[in-house]
Amino acid sequence: MTALQTFLSENAADELISWQHQQQAATQFGVSLAEVEEAILTLQLLPARYQRNQQMLSTTQQLQLFRSKVAVIGAGGLGGYILEQLARLGVGQIVSIDDDIFEENNLNRQLLSSPANLGRVKVEVAAERIREINPAVSLTPVQAWFDKQSGGELLAGADCVVDAVDNVTARLELAEVCCQLKMPLVHGAIAGWYGHVATVLPGDDSMQTIYRHWQGGKGVEQQLGNPSFTPAVAASLQVGEVCKVLLGQGRLLRNRQLVFNLLDMEVDEIPL
Amino acid sequence: MKVTVKLFATFRAGRFNIEVRDYPAGTTVADVVKDLELPGEKLGILMINHRHVDLDRVLSEGETLAIFPLVGGG
Repeated sequence: MTALQTFLSENAADELISWQHQQQAATQFGVSLAEVEEAILTLQLLPARYQRNQQMLSTTQQLQLFRSKVAVIGAGGLGGYILEQLARLGVGQIVSIDDDIFEENNLNRQLLSSPANLGRVKVEVAAERIREINPAVSLTPVQAWFDKQSGGELLAGADCVVDAVDNVTARLELAEVCCQLKMPLVHGAIAGWYGHVATVLPGDDSMQTIYRHWQGGKGVEQQLGNPSFTPAVAASLQVGEVCKVLLGQGRLLRNRQLVFNLLDMEVDEIPL
Repeated sequence: MKVTVKLFATFRAGRFNIEVRDYPAGTTVADVVKDLELPGEKLGILMINHRHVDLDRVLSEGETLAIFPLVGGG
């Protein structure tokens, strides 16, 4: 057993390692918080921050999440909530891709936006936020526009990709790139009181079916905009799917589209 | 012929949620879309009896047509 492992074993209480001990271990042994996190989980111990994940997720699954890489395209309405939830869940490597900066009209719904962040690069704010809430996981900010040309490089090594973009062109290109790279894609889209989610595995044509009648423009979000709660609903459903994809658990929302209407509080499942 | 039309999300405003409507034989999905003055560029999912269809699909007596608007925001 290494000195770090001994330290962790000696400081475990009910198989939990406190944040204080995790930080102390990093300083004392000259390693990163991420390395300490991996060492803790490998010893079948649990960083205390994840104790409310327990029963639902085993320590082995927590380690699996920590060793996973998820790429999130878009750091706006959906993306802000998705990044926050992935970091709190304990996904070890998160890549946040967006080329945009925060504007005043983002403040009604985008979790990462604030008056102080107006004009700032969204993915840089995302990296700061994730360092603040869970410094043991890493967020790689990529200020770039996603398209078919750049896509492959941007998504390299991802175990799962999340669609949090705001236009159909990018969604269809993202689906095409994920299919080529054989990566699972969790799609979500919103407009006003309405939204939908679907999980697309390589070879599925779900995205092409969802946007089969698309003529090139924006959806009804163009008139409706988006309030504070709709992105949070879709984003949470998406992160639930990401968690299942990474752990190979449960029944995925595959070959079906979950459509929600918060105005009439209806949920429909559409076969894809 | 009688056809059940189900509308979703924004398409319900000023129209209906679900209605049994009378159309002449040979009516297509596009004809219903036009009759209900739905914006063509905002069409999302079109389904008849839970199967995805195109605008030129001819409706039959007793079928259920579901029309969802295009949702693409993030």
